[in-house]
Amino acid sequence: MRFGGLLANHDVTFDIYPGEILGLIGPNGAGKTTLFNCISGFLRPTEGTVLFKGENITGLKPHEICHRGLVRTFQITQPLRDMTVLENVMVGAFVRYPQTHQAREKAMEILRLTGLWSKRNRMGSELTIPDRKRLEIARALGAEPELLILDEAMAGLTPTEVQEAVELVKTIQAQGTTLFIIEHVMEAIMPIADRIVVLDAGRLIAEGPPSEIVQDERVIQAYLGEGRHAHRKEHSS
Amino acid sequence: MPKISRKTVVTVLLYVGAVVIAPLFSKAPFYRHVLIMVGLYGLLGVAWNIMGGYTGLYSFGQSAFFGIGAYTSTMMLVKAGVSPWIGMLCGGILAAIVAAGVAYPTSRLRGPYFTIASQAFARTFQILMTNWDYVEGAIGIPLPLMPDTWRFMQFKDKIPYHIIIFGLLGIAILVCYYIANSRTGYYFRAIRDSEQVASALGINTVRQRIIAAMLSAFFTAIAGTFYAQYVLYIDPESVTHHALSIEIVMVAAVGGAGTIWGPVLGAAILMPISQYARAALGGAGRGIDLIIYGVIIMVIALVRPTGILGFFQRERTIEGEGGDDVDTTITAGTGSDDAVRGALGQS
Ligand SMILES: Nc1ncnc2c1ncn2[C@@H]1O[C@H](COP(=O)(O)OP(=O)(O)OP(=O)(O)O)[C@@H](O)[C@H]1O
Ligand SMILES: [Mg+2]
Repeated sequence: MRFGGLLANHDVTFDIYPGEILGLIGPNGAGKTTLFNCISGFLRPTEGTVLFKGENITGLKPHEICHRGLVRTFQITQPLRDMTVLENVMVGAFVRYPQTHQAREKAMEILRLTGLWSKRNRMGSELTIPDRKRLEIARALGAEPELLILDEAMAGLTPTEVQEAVELVKTIQAQGTTLFIIEHVMEAIMPIADRIVVLDAGRLIAEGPPSEIVQDERVIQAYLGEGRHAHRKEHSS
Repeated sequence: MPKISRKTVVTVLLYVGAVVIAPLFSKAPFYRHVLIMVGLYGLLGVAWNIMGGYTGLYSFGQSAFFGIGAYTSTMMLVKAGVSPWIGMLCGGILAAIVAAGVAYPTSRLRGPYFTIASQAFARTFQILMTNWDYVEGAIGIPLPLMPDTWRFMQFKDKIPYHIIIFGLLGIAILVCYYIANSRTGYYFRAIRDSEQVASALGINTVRQRIIAAMLSAFFTAIAGTFYAQYVLYIDPESVTHHALSIEIVMVAAVGGAGTIWGPVLGAAILMPISQYARAALGGAGRGIDLIIYGVIIMVIALVRPTGILGFFQRERTIEGEGGDDVDTTITAGTGSDDAVRGALGQS
């Protein structure tokens, strides 16, 4: 993916296997969100293809990609502000359940799962950051994704909240959903990811199980050395 | 189809009751005229609300669709003697088609940019109508006088007009209510809040925006036909004027955009004020109603930016914990019954 003179993603090729949790790490500005945008149809890649379940989905519209079972969340949380938490999740659920009462039931099930049940009647605009992060995931779950891609769903959370989020991600995986997760919080992603891919300056510099990634020279140089810096900026999300 | 709840039945009965009782308070033609204006602007407000209130597309160009409705039925009547009821339907359909034609190329525009585009469209439309000889241009068209019949929607008395406009308004409210509680209504509101999120959740935003525009234009055009039959004279100045577009937005904004009854309430408040102010001040008071509108808008914007009804409903939503309430209205509020009473009691 090229923005004018900037190559935000270059020569990035990898696979995601059904049922796994694939982590995506890399320093700020490495091109992680850009990669998500290309996969989910929000950007049309200037070159290359995106395959999902064996089909070419490059250049499809975001809503078409969602219908095929690939759903994303946003790094900068975007609750539907004038809708309640329940209604937010219902919007996602309508993709699979066209009837209002079915969508509502599905949404309530998800709200219980994600710990938002007690806040179901709050307006989207009233939520705190941790709840907004939860809502991003809950809303996406409504659409019953086969592949769920999370853009820094745990950034800015306290250790307890991160732990809750980790549990949630594990539950989602156990229910048969494949996950592809951008994450800056190392303690969160390393224990749950089956594999990790690393982006640096738009390029894929490493790929493998977490234990190998943490020992990879290039990764340590490019990313882990900057770990503190990465943590600091998360307040903005 | 959802089950018809008791609340719905009560609401319908209250509405019908209010519509029947309202004209009985006075036989004065002007009083009954004001009521009809409440119904007409209520219908226009409800129609605008589908686009502006739910979908967040603030159209300031609905006068064009009003004009399409008025001109379509009138031309069909004048040139071919077709009943205005059929003309009304044709006008509605034509307006919906035109709306789709406008909504598609503007589907990337948001907020004020969309508003400007809608205005530009309506103003262009007015210029076209003013210069189009086939429809008598600026001279306008007097409708041929027909005997007092339902077939040609012409009456000496005001009561049949009253019944027709409040019948049409009732239908529009029912349609709106149905949409608001269906997937489409949720999709509209999701688009209003964030098109990006909407599309990530599988919503074809372009298609939904076109649907909203078509529905809105359809009902606006129906109101246009009614107006032509009521006043029996149309010209571009009266049925495509920009001020009309603004009044329509006012009605919805004052009462509460994005609520079912808000526009009706808005019409019930604003129409008596503007009509009586105009009548009291006569020619010297031309424009005084607009000044009063301006003041009202400022007060509302300061005190209750979501409109009178929007304010109440939002409050209730926050307090309400009854998440299993199956009869959830568009903002999960339950203010409709009071609104009927409020809206029509005002008149
Ligand atoms: N729409 C755009 N137009 C131009 N440049 C862009 C655009 N989106 C991203 N970029 C640039 O592409 C690069 C990669 O950005 P991206 O947001 O993908 O990084 P990231 O890895 O997600 O970073 P972070 O960890 O801060 O979220 C940055 O230099 C950014 O400024
Ligand atoms: Mg990012």
